[in-house]
Amino acid sequence: MIAHLLSAADLDRETATLVLDTATEMATVAGREVKKLPTLRGRTVVNLFYEDSTRTRTSFEVAAKRLSADVINFSAKGSSVSKGESLKDTALTLQAMGADAVVIRHSASGAAHRLAHWVDGSVVNAGDGTHEHPTQALLDAYTMRSRLGKLDGVRVAIVGDVLHSRVARSNVTLLATLGAEVTLVSPPTLLPVGVDSWPAAVSYDLDAVLPDTDAVMMLRVQRERMNDSFFPSAREYARRYGLDGARMRALPDHAIVMHPGPMNRGMEIAPEVADSARSTIVEQVANGVSVRMAVLYLLLGGKS
Amino acid sequence: MTAYVVRGARVVGGEPTDLLIRDGVVEAVGPDADVAGATRVDADGLVALPGLVDLHTHLREPGREDAETVESGSRAAALGGYTAVCAMANTDPVADTAGVVEQVYRLGQAAGLVDVQPIGAVTVGLAGERMAELGAMADSAARVRIFSDDGHCVADPRMMRRALEYVKAFDGVVAQHAEEPRLTVGAQMHEGEWSARLGLTGWPAVAEEAIIARDALLAGHVGARLHICHVSTAGSVEILRWAKSKGFRVTAEVTPHHLLLTDELAAGYDPVFKVNPPLRTDEDVAALRAALAEGVIDVVATDHAPHTTEDKECEWPYARPGMLGLQTALPVVLDTMLEPGLLDWDTVAERMSRRPARIAGLTDHGHDPAPGAPANLTLVDPAARITVDPADLASPSRNTPYAGRTLPGRIVATFLRGEATVLDGKAQK
Repeated sequence: MIAHLLSAADLDRETATLVLDTATEMATVAGREVKKLPTLRGRTVVNLFYEDSTRTRTSFEVAAKRLSADVINFSAKGSSVSKGESLKDTALTLQAMGADAVVIRHSASGAAHRLAHWVDGSVVNAGDGTHEHPTQALLDAYTMRSRLGKLDGVRVAIVGDVLHSRVARSNVTLLATLGAEVTLVSPPTLLPVGVDSWPAAVSYDLDAVLPDTDAVMMLRVQRERMNDSFFPSAREYARRYGLDGARMRALPDHAIVMHPGPMNRGMEIAPEVADSARSTIVEQVANGVSVRMAVLYLLLGGKS
Repeated sequence: MTAYVVRGARVVGGEPTDLLIRDGVVEAVGPDADVAGATRVDADGLVALPGLVDLHTHLREPGREDAETVESGSRAAALGGYTAVCAMANTDPVADTAGVVEQVYRLGQAAGLVDVQPIGAVTVGLAGERMAELGAMADSAARVRIFSDDGHCVADPRMMRRALEYVKAFDGVVAQHAEEPRLTVGAQMHEGEWSARLGLTGWPAVAEEAIIARDALLAGHVGARLHICHVSTAGSVEILRWAKSKGFRVTAEVTPHHLLLTDELAAGYDPVFKVNPPLRTDEDVAALRAALAEGVIDVVATDHAPHTTEDKECEWPYARPGMLGLQTALPVVLDTMLEPGLLDWDTVAERMSRRPARIAGLTDHGHDPAPGAPANLTLVDPAARITVDPADLASPSRNTPYAGRTLPGRIVATFLRGEATVLDGKAQK
């Protein structure tokens, strides 16, 4: 197993599949009356969150606790070089406290990579700036595999603000590793220059893509982006790239609708779609716990 | 003053000969170059070059003496083979008045390791809004001739036009940091394949090229001198080639790091590789090397930019851009240009000493060691290999991108007006 999970690129096909298979086993724990395994008893997992993210932090916390690890929530919100302690000093502090794993969420791309230089324990990237969010990609892959039965050859459309999305970056990498076919759908302003080097197709036309899609993943689009001229208005964005009822009906019958949350209802996704039977949004949250249990188990369980 | 006899030096790569250095000048060259009581310097196998001249140095004093001082930067320069450096204006306070440029000038004189020629800011506080007192700086003891808001672009086209015109009165030159600021909001690295992958906001090549094109046209229109700082893209080279073909008075510099390093070094998110303009692609590096060989790019300038450890040992987006360069510039040029045969010793001397001295108006510098010439020269051992250790550098900062890298060329000795500032690779004060 790998030492850290910083990027979806750290996972080859065999390792990624092992994580998903392990997550399947972990999911059975959630169905028990006592939702707890003794696996990581005596190990310390630190949640180091520089950004507000109650859902991701809670998901990691539940995952670690179900494995009987001691969990410390180290909230460093608002901290940066301008005020408070540097990331390196925080890392050395956590190191001295004997953290076996540090789960980090940070607004700066690459923060998890830097942290991994300064601590001996395993670092799990829980989202770094606009770079990656590998456990989100794992839970998305897990959700697709459980709903569609496979990942190889599955056609996935990732729709929205790819430029600023760590979810998109991790998903493109992981899905390519697992054999899925990814199409990115976005206004040209919200695609990075250099996207042509990614293992994904690109389209500007959502309606053309939907009929040939097995899973459509809607990314959160911040309304404020229109202030930087990425698109003219929220209304025009929703009209061209939002998933409404009519577009949902253009999908094949078996296709699923995903969203990493939190949603902008009425912007990238219509309430009718978010609440439909095709939507896996709530299921993704539950799967997140199983996948994060699997990641922590495989990163820490192998060491004694 | 000590007299020196340099034995067996290859002057600008020529046949070995002897040099007598006395009273601030090269008194004689050849077998008769000797005098009783002179200190002998064995230069067997060494190449004598005119003392190097850097058009682009950040000495950080006044304001950030924790990163560099005029004295420590001067020492780094002498150890790198330099006899003159042009100190950029983005200090704190900004070098936008006669008082500040004279202070920097006098600190340089006091250190006595290289000639420190201050550059004056184009606009007050580098804010781009009001023209600084350029004439007062030109008339000051510092005799400023280069003006630059480096670190910031003079983005307003009207301000740039006025500055270009105004400095004609005292044969000044505006050195432009070419970066259209509206295209580089939040930019962290070259915009391309690697920025897309790493999730770092891109700094597009066009932000540099658009300003170079605009300013070349402005310089042509008003008949003024324009110098372009740290050219980093293949497209910029094409625009410079065109501007020169039109007869516009445009010169340009390239940094050693843009001749050697590329954007994929950002992949580890180590901010020691963060610099502005950013490291570019292999294609850009090849174009810059070819342009320097051809002369479309006139000079190598270091953009030596010391930063404290706390400003670099952090998350990439929070780190300050910039790299140390004075002590590694000549080795990088030997590695990227001389050894591959793109430059010979004569053109190395041209790009790193003679031409920058002429652009800066430093009449005592940029002269090959010959009888009667000011004794500003350096001796380099081209056969030696150095391995860069940040702890060995003269700067209090440690932000070299070459740590652990082996490069050709060791600077053995440097003379400033006949006085040894470096002997046996060691600073003499």
